[in-house]
Amino acid sequence: MRPVLRKLPAAIGYGVLAALLLIYTLFPFYWAVVSSLKSGGALFNAELWPDLPAWENYVAIFREQPFGRNIVNSSVVALVTVSLSLALAVGAAYAFSRTRFRGRTGLLLTILSVSMFPQVAVLSGLFELIRALGLYNTLPGLILSYLIITLPFTVWVLTTFMRELPRELEEAALIDGATPFQVVTRIFLPLMGPALVSTGLLAFIAAWNEFLFALTFTLTSEMRTVPVAIALISGASAYELPWGHIMAASVVVTVPLVLLVLVFQRKIVAGLTAGAVKG
Amino acid sequence: MPTLAQQRVRTAWLFLLPMLVVLVLTAGWPLARTVGFAFTDAYLGDLESYRFIGLDNFALLVQDPLWWQAVRNTLVFAVASVSLELMLGLGVALMLNAALPGRGLLRAAVLIPWAIPTVVSARMWQWMYNDLYGVINQGLLGLGLIAEPIAWTADPDLALWAVVAVDVWKTTPFVALLALAALQLVPEELYEAARVDGVHPFKVFLRITLPLIAPALLVAVIFRLLDALRIFDLIYVLTANSETTMSMSVYARQQLVEFQDVGYGSAAATLLFAIVALLVALVLTAGRTRTAALQ
Repeated sequence: MRPVLRKLPAAIGYGVLAALLLIYTLFPFYWAVVSSLKSGGALFNAELWPDLPAWENYVAIFREQPFGRNIVNSSVVALVTVSLSLALAVGAAYAFSRTRFRGRTGLLLTILSVSMFPQVAVLSGLFELIRALGLYNTLPGLILSYLIITLPFTVWVLTTFMRELPRELEEAALIDGATPFQVVTRIFLPLMGPALVSTGLLAFIAAWNEFLFALTFTLTSEMRTVPVAIALISGASAYELPWGHIMAASVVVTVPLVLLVLVFQRKIVAGLTAGAVKG
Repeated sequence: MPTLAQQRVRTAWLFLLPMLVVLVLTAGWPLARTVGFAFTDAYLGDLESYRFIGLDNFALLVQDPLWWQAVRNTLVFAVASVSLELMLGLGVALMLNAALPGRGLLRAAVLIPWAIPTVVSARMWQWMYNDLYGVINQGLLGLGLIAEPIAWTADPDLALWAVVAVDVWKTTPFVALLALAALQLVPEELYEAARVDGVHPFKVFLRITLPLIAPALLVAVIFRLLDALRIFDLIYVLTANSETTMSMSVYARQQLVEFQDVGYGSAAATLLFAIVALLVALVLTAGRTRTAALQ
């Protein structure tokens, strides 16, 4: 519905609602930023902006714990997971979107349900597997487990994207004697750029934010990813959590995501809706 | 000599193979092992020696009041958060769908809670909920709305609702974006016709908009419900292993990892999986019957 707001009261009403929505969605993040800039006792006053903004908390998280290392871990794990998922999914999506074979729908639905099932259901089996492969407390162990989360979903989204590419393209190439592998790498991949970006971004966010596997399959603080590091920051007792540090760490890992979202807003929305609405 | 069609099918399976191998290795096999462990007395310290004990784990599980508490918590959480997200998300989508100045800014702003890692949002809210220094209590005290600080995450009557509130904050954008995508597919002419006929906007919404976007909303609700049933991060970080908010996933992991009881924990995980699988099967069958009926 696109009502033209001819009437002033309606315009004001809309403005108020929009302002409330903005405050609701942004305030918690704003509060984390403000709290991270407060040092010492200032943290315990609910001022909306610190009198003396201080960077101590930011310095502390990198000095008192391997937070830099945690960021590197998260980045490596997320990037490798996304690349592997996309590489495996492009071929699979080509098969799903271009060939009719028995059991296709059933297989596609099975893959979709893998992305819906509770991760805790594979926890003990995966623990055994990761330990047997000697990957406990290593980044490859995390990458292996993250594929459960990102792969089904990349296959699904890329399949919906690929269905919309015109068939004539590949028919012509196949008649000219191109192999299916050439069709995928030479014809589809260049056209799939936007779809790969959308899907890759969503997979990256999912891998960057993952917690259960990272918590269970790592042991030492040097191997932790960022979410685990933040969840496990603790103080002298449960009642003395270093909130300044926690908020600083939270801001550090959220800022890149917020920038990513602002820059790629359209791509992310396209990926989300391709995964759900058209499915 | 295989026909062209046969060749294409063979190629298709070749393209699917690497992905299927990885999925069987990382999802299929571990899932089968978990279900297998559920019938044993396996212990985390030594996963090689265990005995088959039949249904003992499940028998213990159904006698544990804490398990049923976890089941109840998960269901209350799932139903409450998803219905709130649906209502709020629809409202936000209707707002975003109105062609007005600042729409792009609003859309970007609602995406932010969705992109923030769950662990981080749990921590941010935990700090805002803090009973002594949290901004919520200080604000409410300052406004004179409450006389003394409220222990949002410790009070057994409030803790689960505190969890729901964070999930609603974080996930409403997802529902709103899906609803918005559906709203934008509603043909403009329908609205024009209704406007010409002088139909009340609320009636237009109920009779035209809602039925047309209902399928997309249903998909969003199903995705959200399945996601809510496996909730782990938010509850684990916000309220640790507190019994008043413990979900089925938190319960299963606690048994499995902290108490090292792989057999028992796997039994809990298997039950959760069975519940989710049953729901997925129901949804898929319903979806298929409906598609068949339409064709």
